Amino acid sequence: MAYTEEELKKELETKEYEYGFYTDIESETFPNGLNEEIVVAISKKKEEPEWMTEWRLESFRYWKEMVEPEWANVHYTKPDFQAISYYSAPNKKPKYNSLDEVDPELLSTFERLGISLDEQKKLAGVAMDIVMDSVSVATTFKKTLAEKGIIFCSISEAIKEHPDLVKKYIGTVVPQKDNFYAALNSAVFSDGSFCYIPKGVRCPMELSTYFRINQAGTGQFERTLVIADEGSYVSYLEGCTAPSRDENQLHAAVVELIALDDAEIKYSTVQNWFPGDKSGKGGVYNFVTKRGICEKNAKISWTQVETGSAVTWKYPSCILKGDNSIGEFYSIAVTNNYQQADTGTKMIHLGKNTKSTIISKGISAGKSQNSYRGLVQVNSRAENARNFSQCDSLLMGNECGAHTFPYIETKNKTAQIEHEATTSKIGEDQIFYCNQRGIDTEKAIALIVNGFSKEVLNKLPMEFAVEAQKLLEISLEGSVG
Amino acid sequence: MLKIKDLHAKVEDKEILKGINLELNAGEVHAIMGPNGSGKSTLASVIAGKEEFEITKGGVFFENEDLEDTAPEERAHKGIFLSFQYPVEIPGVSVTNFMKTAINESRKARGMEDMPANEMLKMIREKSEMLDIDRKFLSRSLNEGFSGGEKKRNEIFQMAMLEPKLAILDETDSGLDIDALRIVANGVNKLRSKDNAVLVITHYQRLLEYIVPDFVHVLHDGKIVKSGDKALALELEEKGYDWLKQESAV
Ligand SMILES: Nc1ncnc2c1ncn2[C@@H]1O[C@H](COP(=O)(O)OP(=O)(O)OP(=O)(O)O)[C@@H](O)[C@H]1O
Ligand SMILES: [Mg+2]
Repeated sequence: MAYTEEELKKELETKEYEYGFYTDIESETFPNGLNEEIVVAISKKKEEPEWMTEWRLESFRYWKEMVEPEWANVHYTKPDFQAISYYSAPNKKPKYNSLDEVDPELLSTFERLGISLDEQKKLAGVAMDIVMDSVSVATTFKKTLAEKGIIFCSISEAIKEHPDLVKKYIGTVVPQKDNFYAALNSAVFSDGSFCYIPKGVRCPMELSTYFRINQAGTGQFERTLVIADEGSYVSYLEGCTAPSRDENQLHAAVVELIALDDAEIKYSTVQNWFPGDKSGKGGVYNFVTKRGICEKNAKISWTQVETGSAVTWKYPSCILKGDNSIGEFYSIAVTNNYQQADTGTKMIHLGKNTKSTIISKGISAGKSQNSYRGLVQVNSRAENARNFSQCDSLLMGNECGAHTFPYIETKNKTAQIEHEATTSKIGEDQIFYCNQRGIDTEKAIALIVNGFSKEVLNKLPMEFAVEAQKLLEISLEGSVG
Repeated sequence: MLKIKDLHAKVEDKEILKGINLELNAGEVHAIMGPNGSGKSTLASVIAGKEEFEITKGGVFFENEDLEDTAPEERAHKGIFLSFQYPVEIPGVSVTNFMKTAINESRKARGMEDMPANEMLKMIREKSEMLDIDRKFLSRSLNEGFSGGEKKRNEIFQMAMLEPKLAILDETDSGLDIDALRIVANGVNKLRSKDNAVLVITHYQRLLEYIVPDFVHVLHDGKIVKSGDKALALELEEKGYDWLKQESAV
């Protein structure tokens, strides 16, 4: 017997309630869709205090009124936000019992990336002690850090354990209604990391997190908050790999950095989410808002190696509020096959003698589109602001595209702004030259690409740089026939 | 070692090599001279396996093996080296890194492990000293911003590092000052042994005073029109090519 549309809807609605959002939820994944109940349920599930629940609801209300941005140079089918599940607890049941059961192609990729066996197990979902998903990784370094007063934990934990810090800073750099995806993230963020470095403390190790998208059809909404108190220093690494999926996955993270007077934050990312297959099917939609604020004499450096995702929309930015503060952006973005990336940065000069540097390296292959979009803004109060921007594009083949959109807005005559841009192509002569020295074409391309990206690779912490180089190699495999 | 038999090659429907026969044995040095555009670099490229050029007739044999289906990098692994007339720039890749990659790729092809770092360093030190190359130079991007002479010297440095069986030097002398010429020639002579062969392409007999050839061939319009010993180079220097062009037209 056929249902009427109305009946069907009702049935589905009541089904949703069977899951019992407000009390104990047995299921690992919430049903699809987004409404106030879901937002409240996420908050409850995480045992958040009332102010956080309210903050999420407020964000959700902003989001409902907003529309997806369309100005980026990317084309994709917009996600159906009601067809996504907004919470996924770690799947306690491993997918496999041993590595032998895992897709060998995936394993060979891991191997070439130099990922340890334990890590391979983790990433592939093989049974082991720790399983990670959108709930943060427990870190073993916690104790060492605690001795120095450094707090490094999941944002959920921070909300419970350090509510004053979170309350004081969350949403201060990326406001809830900053943009469509930031609002969405603020409403439903699943988890993420929190880091606080006390006054004058130099964090003795690179802080790193691994995130991955695990459950099919589960949007991933990470929230990261890093606070470097006066005169402190921290280097933070964020790396991602994702197993292949044939359905689109939405990823909308928010990262907020706060560098107080004389503090320095180095934030490095290697992003390697599933880019879709060779014909452009599947892949992650990566719509990220990353922004940092620098107080007096503070410095923030963003370094990113972006090789993954089907569609990337990402502009790690710096608000140079304090006098003499420094913002840096070093980026390598690789696109192959049908990938599209629209990425760049914003440097907002508010304080006097503020300095920013932008080095962007775009590498396009296959039928991909790679855009750099950058804004350098100098406000009227920002005497003697300086910016240097360099945007280089490397093209492989004739079917891909590289685009540069530099925007410069200055309201102060003392500003010094320099912009350089180049576009080059990997030439057959270069490849033949390498071939003649015994280097095959694939390796030759890797060599040329690594050379092209060197200035940025050099900015990465050692262990990350090695992984990033291999990643570039793998991402461009098969890009020249 | 190298046998070229009735080699015809074309690029974009233009026939450039029109029946070349040449044989190089181990221990020999051959020089090829000839006017601009006669096909000298093309011949070098075809031996090295550049795919742009299509062999329409005849072939190239290295150690009795037809190279037709051998990729350029495999030819390099077998011991064929070409010092380019116009070396290519690779920004961001240091000379050292490039050499390390090249050597280890060749070793890999021969089933060997990567060269240990200290061995590599020792070799780099030796060869760069032999060619009077400043070590700072080796950390610069390959050929980027190198002067004409520096590029050529760097080609010979690479040759010295790779220790090929057959070295083809395409106008390596052009752009070198007098001292550099002697140094480079010296480097080539050090490589010479009863197991190696060298094919020198040049316009000037001066180089041949340092690298003394066993045979000199004149290439004109895609064919070898005359062969002789080193005296032929002297004769060419005196008389130019016109008399040969006329001779071959007959
Ligand atoms: N890719 C190409 N397309 C078209 N013509 C080519 C190509 N490569 C070479 N040629 C032509 O082939 C002929 C031989 O060139 P080649 O470079 O072999 O001369 P060469 O003897 O080395 O000259 P030179 O002494 O000036 O170096 C020239 O007429 C050149 O224009
Ligand atoms: Mg030539």
